[in-house]
Amino acid sequence: MKLLMIAGPPSAGKTALVKQIIKKLMDSIKIVFLKIDVVKAYEDIELKKEFKIVTKKFYSGDLCPDHAGVMVMADALEWAEGNSADLLIVESAGLCLRCAPYLNQGLGIVVLSSISGIHAPEKMGAMVSLADIAVITKIDLVSQAEREVLIQKIREVHPGVILLETNALQGTSLHRLYDLISNSKDIDKETLMLKGNPPLGTCTICVGKKEIGWKHHFGVIQKLDGHVAEYLFRGE
Amino acid sequence: MVRDITIMPGLDKAGVRENFSVITLCAGETVSIVGPTGSGKTAFITDIELLAQGDTSTRRRVLLNGEVPDDEVRNNPSLKPIAMITQKTKCFADLTAEEFLQIHARARGIKNFGIVGDTIELANKFTGEKITAESRVTILSGGQTRSLMIADAILIGAAPVILLDEIENAGIFKQEVLRIIHDSGKIVIFVTHDPVIALLTKKRIIMEHGSVKMVLYRSESEVRAAQNLLELDNRVSVIRENLRAGKTITKDLLAVNFY
Repeated sequence: MKLLMIAGPPSAGKTALVKQIIKKLMDSIKIVFLKIDVVKAYEDIELKKEFKIVTKKFYSGDLCPDHAGVMVMADALEWAEGNSADLLIVESAGLCLRCAPYLNQGLGIVVLSSISGIHAPEKMGAMVSLADIAVITKIDLVSQAEREVLIQKIREVHPGVILLETNALQGTSLHRLYDLISNSKDIDKETLMLKGNPPLGTCTICVGKKEIGWKHHFGVIQKLDGHVAEYLFRGE
Repeated sequence: MVRDITIMPGLDKAGVRENFSVITLCAGETVSIVGPTGSGKTAFITDIELLAQGDTSTRRRVLLNGEVPDDEVRNNPSLKPIAMITQKTKCFADLTAEEFLQIHARARGIKNFGIVGDTIELANKFTGEKITAESRVTILSGGQTRSLMIADAILIGAAPVILLDEIENAGIFKQEVLRIIHDSGKIVIFVTHDPVIALLTKKRIIMEHGSVKMVLYRSESEVRAAQNLLELDNRVSVIRENLRAGKTITKDLLAVNFY
């Protein structure tokens, strides 16, 4: 089974891209789709209705969605295999930009809109720098020069990334992406690992302690002036 | 080097195959694309810009020098031999004109940063509102953005193929633009509603319902008509600038000598 992890900020065009991929590949391989989101998601219903494929969604609720994604991924692989899928597409929520949901196998795609601002590639950290492929959407909305400037910015963040530009609603210029997916290797469940470093997730704020000021807390702690408290800090 | 571009037929809006075998555009050639709005003019040049391989909504294919271009040429901006000026007159990149051009020059593999100043200087020949190196591109006016993008395409894009989508809009000095890019040895393609621009090109591609309806070559009488139109257009420009400056229009401003 092949695996595709799709990340990117809200409204970047992730689902529009997924639709193009499904439309193109569904005749030759069996595709199942999992959406991981926090509060509300409709992609599973939409895709099931449009393409009659097996879909599922998972709400992370109080948990960070990337954290939740890691927790449920093994179950998701079993679910996909149980549905005899050739390709599992996982669309992440893409919210806090600290982490990236990509794994050491399969393909990781970051979807970025060309109107998201010139500094977005730098601000998005691991979501861009650990992706295998960056797909730039909404290219019909900006000038060619501006598209080239954005692409240059992404290359400076991640020189090795494969860059593709598209109008995802029409699915222009995506042949290379379809080839990359079709030629990607099957995953091996036993050796599947997160690509990036997860954040430290056990601090007193995370577990609900409400007192104000770093003295009342331990775990991930940083003072206002930027100095690291005596306990532990692993930012930057 | 690009000697020619070949466009292979695609489908019109109803999914019917276009009625031409191939269209070939050669270096040094100027072409205009005309037709009503929604007839597929912008889609036609977008296909060229993307070097479409049956993977755009029109399903056209575009060849460079008679061959399918490499993926690398299609996807790496620094190798792309095509610069397109779209109708977009809004920039979203929060950068100064200087920073924007510097990054674009890097993207195009240009080491000489003197080109940034030259580009801004050229842009100022196309617009009456001065652009400075410190101007933020997000707040430039439509005419300033268009001027900067055209200057950028000529000097930084420096592409052998230039595509211009309705440059007559957004209040720039279009004759100045035409003068500079004409006879440059490039393939220059104008999408236009402007009769002056349409008649200054040797070849016209007529669009209808998303497909190429016909390809026309400029006749001798059209060459003369173009000269007359240029004269008229100059007068209109003078009157426009006078009106903008708060002057009144006198009778001698309206006199035109036809060829």
